[in-house]
Amino acid sequence: MVTYVFIFLALLALGAAVGMVVSKNTVNSALFLVLNMVALAGIYLILEAQFLAVIQVLVYAGAIMVLFLFVIMLLNLDAEESLFNKFRVKYFIAFLLGITVLSQILYSLGNISDMLPEISPEMAQVGTVEAVGDVLFTEYLLPFELTGILLTAAVVGALLIAQHNVKSAPKND
Amino acid sequence: MIEIDWYLALSAILFTVGIIGVLIRKNAIVIFMSVELMLNAVNLSLLSFSSYHGNIDGQIFVFFSLAVAAAEAVVGLAIIIAIFRNNLSVDVSKINLLRW
Repeated sequence: MVTYVFIFLALLALGAAVGMVVSKNTVNSALFLVLNMVALAGIYLILEAQFLAVIQVLVYAGAIMVLFLFVIMLLNLDAEESLFNKFRVKYFIAFLLGITVLSQILYSLGNISDMLPEISPEMAQVGTVEAVGDVLFTEYLLPFELTGILLTAAVVGALLIAQHNVKSAPKND
Repeated sequence: MIEIDWYLALSAILFTVGIIGVLIRKNAIVIFMSVELMLNAVNLSLLSFSSYHGNIDGQIFVFFSLAVAAAEAVVGLAIIIAIFRNNLSVDVSKINLLRW
């Protein structure tokens, strides 16, 4: 049963990823990415990481993708011309590079495949909110607080970069 | 029960799709979304190792990587807005001010 659910979610994630790359409308790309992230959250649930599955849906599919959609709507882009109108050497090279990277990763995985871990018996208790919070607020307290500083810096930086300053910086194009 | 190889293979394939997306697309926003896809693929492999070892540290790592990805998305989109304001385009082949 779990195997079928995994296969379904994996195919869904894969199809959504390919759809994101090839669809010419940017809004469609963003919605495909949301689908991909929801499927990945399902896979996280199979891996017994409940907390991260919820975080994935809330933060990624919720917050970040809404931000993406806002920017897409704000910029009001036209649909790009279709990728497959004409064959380009560039696409072929990109595809070849991608296949090279994939085969490298799979080759190195195949070399160590007898050293990969078996299913751990305590897998079920690992991913609960209680277990994650327990480690996060004791052992990883300092990185956690640093994350807060990082997010604050990112928000301030984004405000600075994106604000429209009319007086200074005359347009030089 | 599923072997860990399948999770790692799925992660590798998603990462490759992200790479191809970065290479062939010209729209800066779609390139950015492909980078997010690659981040997600790496998160998946971290998480599968964490679960199969029964060790929580990988999940903490994924948590921090999510936070960094959020910060990166915010700053990157702000940069895209700023570029659009100057160029009226997010086509990366038309952003060539620093190219020689």
